[in-house]
Amino acid sequence: MNQFQYVRATKPQAAIEAVAKDPNARFIAGGTNLVDLMKRGVMTPQKLVDINRLDLRKIERQNNALRIGALALNSTVADDRQVRERHPLLALALNAGASPQLRNMATVGGNMLQRTRCPYFYDTALPCNKRQPGSGCGALEGINRMHAIFGFSDKCIAVHPSDMSVALVALDATVQVSGPKGNRSIPFADFHRLPGDTPEKDTNLEPGELITAVDIPDGPFTKHVHYQKVRERASYAFALLSVAAALDIDNGTIKAARLAMGGVAHKPWRLTAAEQALIGKPATEAIFRQAATVAMQGAKAFKHNEYKLRLGPNIIVQALKTAAAA
Amino acid sequence: MNAPEKKIGAPMNRVDGRQKVTGAAKYAAEYDLPNMAYAVLVGSTIAKGRLSSIDTKAAERAPGVLAVITHLNAPKAPGAKPAGKDPSQPQTVGSALQVFLDDNIRFNDQPIAVVVADTLERARFAARLVKAQYAPEKHQTNLEANKANAFLPTQAKKNPKSGAADYQRGQVDAYKTGALKLEAEYVIPTEVHHPMELQAITAHWEAPDRLTLYDKTQGTMATRRDFARQWGLPEANVKVIATYVGGAFGNALHSWPHESAAIIAAKVVNRPVKLMLTREQMFTMVGYRPYTWQKIGMSATADGKITAITHESIGQTSTYEEFVEATLGQTKMMYESPNLTTRYRLAALDVGSPIWMRGPGEATGAFALESAMDEMAFLLNLDPLEFRLRNYTNQDPEKNRPWSSKFLKECYQAGAERVGWNKRQLKPGALRDGEWLIGYGMGVGTFGAHRGSSKASAQLLPNGTVLLQSAVTDIGPGTGTAMTQIAADTLGLAPGRIRFEWGNSDFAQAPTQGGSAIVNTVGPAVQEACLALKDKLRELAAGGNSAFASAKKEDVVLADTHLTLTGNPTARAPYTDLVKQAGGTAVTVESKPSGEGQKVSMYSFSVHFAEVRVHELTGEVRVSKLISCADAGTIINEKTAGNQMKGGAVGGIGMALMEHAIIDDRFGRYVTKDLADYHVPVHADSPAVEVFFVNKPDPYVNQLGTKGIGEIATIGVAPAIANAVFNATGKRVRELPITPDKLV
Repeated sequence: MNQFQYVRATKPQAAIEAVAKDPNARFIAGGTNLVDLMKRGVMTPQKLVDINRLDLRKIERQNNALRIGALALNSTVADDRQVRERHPLLALALNAGASPQLRNMATVGGNMLQRTRCPYFYDTALPCNKRQPGSGCGALEGINRMHAIFGFSDKCIAVHPSDMSVALVALDATVQVSGPKGNRSIPFADFHRLPGDTPEKDTNLEPGELITAVDIPDGPFTKHVHYQKVRERASYAFALLSVAAALDIDNGTIKAARLAMGGVAHKPWRLTAAEQALIGKPATEAIFRQAATVAMQGAKAFKHNEYKLRLGPNIIVQALKTAAAA
Repeated sequence: MNAPEKKIGAPMNRVDGRQKVTGAAKYAAEYDLPNMAYAVLVGSTIAKGRLSSIDTKAAERAPGVLAVITHLNAPKAPGAKPAGKDPSQPQTVGSALQVFLDDNIRFNDQPIAVVVADTLERARFAARLVKAQYAPEKHQTNLEANKANAFLPTQAKKNPKSGAADYQRGQVDAYKTGALKLEAEYVIPTEVHHPMELQAITAHWEAPDRLTLYDKTQGTMATRRDFARQWGLPEANVKVIATYVGGAFGNALHSWPHESAAIIAAKVVNRPVKLMLTREQMFTMVGYRPYTWQKIGMSATADGKITAITHESIGQTSTYEEFVEATLGQTKMMYESPNLTTRYRLAALDVGSPIWMRGPGEATGAFALESAMDEMAFLLNLDPLEFRLRNYTNQDPEKNRPWSSKFLKECYQAGAERVGWNKRQLKPGALRDGEWLIGYGMGVGTFGAHRGSSKASAQLLPNGTVLLQSAVTDIGPGTGTAMTQIAADTLGLAPGRIRFEWGNSDFAQAPTQGGSAIVNTVGPAVQEACLALKDKLRELAAGGNSAFASAKKEDVVLADTHLTLTGNPTARAPYTDLVKQAGGTAVTVESKPSGEGQKVSMYSFSVHFAEVRVHELTGEVRVSKLISCADAGTIINEKTAGNQMKGGAVGGIGMALMEHAIIDDRFGRYVTKDLADYHVPVHADSPAVEVFFVNKPDPYVNQLGTKGIGEIATIGVAPAIANAVFNATGKRVRELPITPDKLV
């Protein structure tokens, strides 16, 4: 690990200033990803600004939305009564991620900001445009069984590893941030980026901007929800693919639908066309299969992840079936 | 006095359980010596070529750094030889890659420098400042691309009777002319042992010619021999301590580069040096189960008699050592087949050397053989258990001699009942529970019941405790507990009065822990040392009390404070008197196998039955039942032996469903680098494994009747699961692991 300076912030403004004025400074909260990356030399911040003392842990309702503080722990959110009642999809997605030990450390803001698990990103001896712009994409012609089928570029085919974010994009959440220029809101779907020519940028946060909360608007998705995650063991593994599904069913007819996928793109992947294909239709397996076909349009596989094209529609169907039956 | 309850067989708790769960047990990286320094390795980033330059200046200037050692400045150990120096005579496993001897790079992450500092953090920081330039050469890391270059191992060339040599009975490749035949290829990828405890060593030169190592090793004496030889020292000057080993599974059966590096570092800085590998380094330089390609041809009669088997394999090895294992052993002796051909080959790649991984080659081979048995049973429209029974061997068809003991049919029956084999349908895909397809499969395992020579020492302490010592290690199976039970029964003492000490090369000579042979080998030595101690105590007591002089050994009783005789309570010899006598009470005995074993074939046997559930849409596999049945002779401790079986079965789940170390061949470098990429089973992946032991003594292996458990616990598990997946889905996966992508 490199030497670094450590400061503890007690006020958001101080934390923001400390990071805004120093390009080599980073916020640290749970540290479950950043510390690993520092140990491996993948990230080498010279200053860590500890934000754990900031008052950003509350979960409370305001303005027809549930506001979840950026420092709320993943385990706290998953167990929170209001979350479980109003947004059970989020609780399901959180509990599908990592392990209890990690969920007890990881925060909501940190979860959103975790870096890809692409092995080329993690190995400083191998090329990676995300880690070292211009060095090339190791995965493009390399081992790419975990990689993207949507929204990639020839610079980067990595996927975002968060489960929680897949649920949040499906639930139309909004990210609240504070920065040197004040506060702003970012729709969750616009928070993460596609790689394009600048895969080193995972999100649309500006330098020094701090996530303070995530708002989830009230909605009808309190019952028919499911988070389907397929991984290589029963627990504690990143998704090969995952699907967040939420349905509002009235008398067998789908009134509203939300669908998003994880493990397919550089960002949590909202499937709006498939949602449209569900609305107004009966909640049947045949309709779910049709929506899955729509969802997979435009998907393209690489050498080792061709299975995602077969598995993808299957798990969309499985997620919708399970959600409908919930 | 009533004889204490018999301890052999009892499910006694581990003698070191408390130390382990309270953290009192010290592992190799937990010894804190005065003036300790810390070492971190720098690995190459190419797989083959030469180091053209190495810049250590920045690292040397970094705070706390004591030394940066490379091939340019490392002291040369007098016995060190460059790896693969004479390519016409490749070394067999047994000699480590000795670091910093030259500028050759033989595999990716090969140590090219070691940085020593006053703290671990400073060493780690400085290690990143070492900058190397290379003259790379074209490397080969893919076995499939190198099958054409596969060769017969040197040991087989030199000795046609070697287990690695081509084997033949009946006609060559007779399956090809069989009426009903099958031909299939199987692949096991590279798997890495990954015990919980990382490889670690603390090296301490106590004097310029005296070396003490606190080391993660399965053999204190083998490690002592290797490094005494490397440094030109008498073995008595090297001491190796490995009291606690946090799992190993074979990965500490060899001396490795990091051990050489720590010893050199300790020499250079003249301080004790601690070096612990990272999880990432555990992939590259301390062995693995080699990627192995196999092909099986089999023919059978319509009534289910195998007429011929041909089994070929090509396993990966390094360019500087020939690693050989018994991949084809089970095929030669498990089923009655009048025609049988095996061909074992190696392909040398630019990778670190492999090493035996639990069940070793036999587990690799059993995946192919037991899958093929299932495939043939399917072709015959026969129950796979019935097919095995029709080809059961009542004597060893390889050596044409009787088995020392074989109770595999009892295992078949017990396992089939427990798993609910009668529910199994011949037609795949016939059983389901909602979206989950259900299937049943079985796999058989066998491993030689090996016994070697061993010593053990025993002595009486004044408080009446008997102290036993052996250089053997206990890597987790509960060796210390089993030996305590054997001693307790032999001496008629409560286990609390036995103190068994192990894991120190200064103790009585014992073999390396591996190959399921330790209870077979060290158990008799402990028993005989106890008997010799009894006799010695009787002799010592005879000086003061003539009743002891004429007494028989079996009448000698070790009471709480004194020696006495059965039926003669007036005969008393206080321990305090006995231990004061000239020469003390200590005895050391050596126990060797009798020649009897030459007339028979000695094997442990196992069968594993699996029930799996496969999700029809997601391709996820869940093992819902796993029953492991073993004919392993006498069971010394039902609890620790059961624990070994369960651990081995869980290892088999990993092998079947998830373990897979992947190299990007363009760079010759692993892309699986931690336990997030390289999956081993978590609790949720394993059902409550049910274990059944026949528990009948073997009359030949040793006087205890044991045969060994460690390997048969794993051998046969992976094919049982793969066969169950086929039964559930109709999909035959011949390349492990069976991940969801292969089933959708």
